[in-house]
Amino acid sequence: MEATASLNERTEPTQSLVARQFDDLEQQRGAAELGMWIFLATEVLFFGGLFLAYTVFRSLYPRDFAAASHHTIVLIGGMNTAILLFSSTLMALAVRAAELRNQTTLIRLLLATAFFGIVFMVLKGIEYYKDWTDHLVPVLNFDWHSPNPGPAQIFFWLYFAMTGLHAIHITVGIFVMLTLALMARTGKFTTGNYTPIEIAGLYWHFVDIVWIFLFPLLYLAGHR
Amino acid sequence: METTTHPPKTYWKTCGALMLLLALTWTIGYADLGLFNLILALVIAITKALLVALFFMHIKSSSRLLRLAATVGVIWLLIMLSLTLSDYFTRGWVPLNH
Repeated sequence: MEATASLNERTEPTQSLVARQFDDLEQQRGAAELGMWIFLATEVLFFGGLFLAYTVFRSLYPRDFAAASHHTIVLIGGMNTAILLFSSTLMALAVRAAELRNQTTLIRLLLATAFFGIVFMVLKGIEYYKDWTDHLVPVLNFDWHSPNPGPAQIFFWLYFAMTGLHAIHITVGIFVMLTLALMARTGKFTTGNYTPIEIAGLYWHFVDIVWIFLFPLLYLAGHR
Repeated sequence: METTTHPPKTYWKTCGALMLLLALTWTIGYADLGLFNLILALVIAITKALLVALFFMHIKSSSRLLRLAATVGVIWLLIMLSLTLSDYFTRGWVPLNH
């Protein structure tokens, strides 16, 4: 009993931050990071199915895909790429701020990351509206003024599936960042345990990487 | 697993490199280089993804376990792509005799 009591006293400062199945914060963080990377591996395959479908249909109908891609709005796609790359930079700095226990900077950077996520969604929304008025939405209002509408419709089906799934991920990310910013006000992440910030960062960077591939494949394929 | 913090300079340099690569892929997108349009676009995208993973996601300073988990995700994707495409891309090679 004596020994247990002194052990508890010794580890007391970080005791509440470490779940009982872990020896210390380092081990707990390592487990959380590994779990997140395994989740991201399943996400790679989740998006991977769509990238595979894109590759198969583009190889079957290269000309139709180029013609259809010409109707995407490159300016919005490119601006959104820059916005996500910049927000990823801010997120990386947010993790650093949490690590350095700088609460004010952490909250500001989390809010800034969420803000650029919202800007991304607004631009994407404008683009979706334009796609609707241009009659590019498969099944609902697709109207293609050329002899071969089938492959073009497949391109736009993939365009909406891929950017839509990505937009859902961005939306989730925005809510995660806002929630973390609220929670950070209690000093929860700036007392040594910044794991939730780091994990959320990994998620945000992954969503950024997906867009890095979507931009050239969907937007740039037909603009030469 | 890293205890030393990363200097902000690293992040801003990575950001600058990513923006330059974006400008490059955007410019190349408007030039007609035939098949090289696709090849260059993919090479640039993979480079950007690597920069994000190495510096923003800290793979460069991560434990070997995390590096393995990250690599495995990509390997599974490559298995899925290569097996499916080896079917689609070879369908015309042998004529079907009924």
